[in-house]
Amino acid sequence: MKKNQLLEKIIHGVFLILGLITVGCVLLITVYLVISGLPAIQKIGLTDFLFGTKWASTASDPKYGILPFILTSIYGTAGAIVIGVPIGFLTAVYLSKIASPRVKSAMQTVVSILAGIPSVVYGLVGMLVLVPGIQVIFGVADGASLLAAIIVLAIMILPSIIKMSITALDAVPKEYEDASLALGATPIETYFKVSVPAAKSGIAASVVLGVGRAIGEAMAVMMVAGNVPNMPNSLFQSVRFLTTAVSSEMAYSSGLQQQALFSIALVLFFFIMLINATLNFFLKREKE
Amino acid sequence: MLNESLSKKRKTYELVMKGLMYVAVFSTAALALFLLIYVLVKGIPNISWELLTTSPSYISQKIGILPDILNTIYIVIATLVIVLPLGVGAAIYLTEYATNKKIVAIIEYAAETLSGIPSIIYGLVGMLLFSNNMGTCLMAGALTLVIMNLPTIMRTTQESLKTVPQSYREGAFGLGAGKWRVIRTVVLPGCVDGVITGCILSVGRILGESAALLFTAGFAHALNGFVQGLSSPGATLTVALYVYAKEQGEFGVAFAIASILMVLTVVINFAANLVQKHFAKRRSS
Amino acid sequence: MNNIVTVKDMNLWYGDHQALHDIKIEIPEKSITAFIGPSGCGKSTFLKSLNRMNDLIPDVKITGDICYEGKDIYQKDVDVNSLRKEIGMVFQKPNPFPMSIYDNVAYGPRTHGITNKAQLDEIVEQALRDAALWDEVKDRLKKNALSMSGGQQQRLCIARALAVQPKILLMDEPTSALDPISTSRIEELVMQLKEKYTIVMVTHNMQQAVRVSDYTAFFLLGELVEFGKTDDIFSVPKDKRTEDYITGRFG
Repeated sequence: MKKNQLLEKIIHGVFLILGLITVGCVLLITVYLVISGLPAIQKIGLTDFLFGTKWASTASDPKYGILPFILTSIYGTAGAIVIGVPIGFLTAVYLSKIASPRVKSAMQTVVSILAGIPSVVYGLVGMLVLVPGIQVIFGVADGASLLAAIIVLAIMILPSIIKMSITALDAVPKEYEDASLALGATPIETYFKVSVPAAKSGIAASVVLGVGRAIGEAMAVMMVAGNVPNMPNSLFQSVRFLTTAVSSEMAYSSGLQQQALFSIALVLFFFIMLINATLNFFLKREKE
Repeated sequence: MLNESLSKKRKTYELVMKGLMYVAVFSTAALALFLLIYVLVKGIPNISWELLTTSPSYISQKIGILPDILNTIYIVIATLVIVLPLGVGAAIYLTEYATNKKIVAIIEYAAETLSGIPSIIYGLVGMLLFSNNMGTCLMAGALTLVIMNLPTIMRTTQESLKTVPQSYREGAFGLGAGKWRVIRTVVLPGCVDGVITGCILSVGRILGESAALLFTAGFAHALNGFVQGLSSPGATLTVALYVYAKEQGEFGVAFAIASILMVLTVVINFAANLVQKHFAKRRSS
Repeated sequence: MNNIVTVKDMNLWYGDHQALHDIKIEIPEKSITAFIGPSGCGKSTFLKSLNRMNDLIPDVKITGDICYEGKDIYQKDVDVNSLRKEIGMVFQKPNPFPMSIYDNVAYGPRTHGITNKAQLDEIVEQALRDAALWDEVKDRLKKNALSMSGGQQQRLCIARALAVQPKILLMDEPTSALDPISTSRIEELVMQLKEKYTIVMVTHNMQQAVRVSDYTAFFLLGELVEFGKTDDIFSVPKDKRTEDYITGRFG
């Protein structure tokens, strides 16, 4: 009997440890990023680092200003949201409220496949279709630009936005819609004036999720944005995002340069944490 | 009075919204279709038996992706073997053992946080944590992927555990079985579907992953056996696609790999649906 | 007294299942008509045919005439949205929109094109007064409607329906989800409303029908068994089945 109790206790302990692994991972990631990200910020100075407009890590007098990356990430994400959200949102309303069950399930499969396509495939197609396309249409020297990245990101966030918005819209009680119809509103008026406002927390959460996806995407952006550390002054400029800043120099960096890359990752991590907190806020409200 | 139709303003609104929705749905569908067809048309002609069964050779100037295929399989196996016990164990802790609501909330919050972290950050941390200690190798990549996929396995297992009726557990406890025995005999068999679904989703994610692997598993194309492979650097298909396209301009090979990945994405999607439907049916019957 | 709704030879099918058989009824203006009968008897289905809410259910087929002010409402040239503006509806469960009290009431008029703020304010106040809710909510019109009590929510739904100035108000068991005190407030309100509106009300509660209605229609198995003055129906029912039902011989 004693032996059995001991065994149960040990097993309980093992499961507890397994349960706490996720917490350990989060702590580990946070600690590692902070420890490896802080030294460069200390050496360069927080303001020079965050608001410096010039990044020249390999110059004889190296400059480590990451404002171009921060702004590029913000503009790129904002652009992707501006294009992706309306398309995703309207698609979700149609699929949730109007489409026949068959169309809905077929389109949901399509959306899942879009979500499953690896980002390098988006990057590859972007490289060979979008970049030359922008070059020709807008007559610019190099199509690898902020605009190309925005379009690729807009496409990549579509599935998250559509899926999450559909879930939110499907959950709107039918009674609300009946009441609106009984007042003489048309179905379309009902969907946009009653169902959508009723699902607004979930839809907001889908947008925040999209922001997280867009700001964290690296490979596809790496392949289409030109990857030059310019200030993002125009849509047609080759630019570098926070994510691509980390990856593009990591392979050959060392010393302060490498430390600075870790600091960029820390900044990115900070953004992501902020977005996660916002997402949780909306999800909680949606539940209520 | 009753045949008075909608005012002009309302009619316009109706028309505009309907039009916009059609445009949106059509663009989404057309986009997916275009991507699928474009990649397949550009890729399939470049797939040859030789490509699939050889290694790249500088002497014959030919590219083969067999090492990348094998690396992908190795890393999938290694990741799943490690992540499954961890993820399933964590899920069992949450649903069967945890009584403290705070701990549950913290664990769940941690899992959500993990699934929100972008892969490039995983790549960086994996490099610091694993590659800097054990060298750039598939194993380092697999360990990184383990952390990334932990929330997925946890979530799907948890969901299926929740559907195991409480009465089963009570029945087993009533017979005097210890907790561990109840878990082994009643709870674990009940979460098979969650584990399978989790595996399929994870395989999909591993197949698509590149940013997290670039600096942890590297991008070599050497032909290795399983054990040897895990301890040496190697590119998965997705990483190889990136390297061939971005660094070497070998678009033919890149599209060949892309079309393979595309087909796998579709297959995985249907497999996940099938599994979910199958188990949903079995449960309701 | 004029009949505002006249129904003749009306049949309704859900797919292959016939839910209403040869309904014939004439509903008098500015009165309260109650539909009673056991659940599944078709009374709610019939109520919902009067403002074509059944259109939303696939596979519904309706034959016969349902005329509102002499016009067949199922004719092609009838605009269903104008119809529902004329014939409003209040549902079983209070279903205010998750918006402010004001926006709830203003929803209908706004939908029908009223954007002038002063005009909206006036309509909202009048509707809330008519629904006997104004004094309770006039200081918190911007508060979310879901923060109100169940009875208040139902009166808000009535106000919302009144705000588009309908002629008829259809009520589908409007008090079944409410406590007795809220129920009696709604009943009082309904009796006041008949000065301006025609009210048709489905109820599962026979006492309520006796207390409130002027006319009663008894439905059974998709048939309209008997229709007449409420006093007559409950004191001298002509049909044996009506008598059995009102004396509680079946449920």
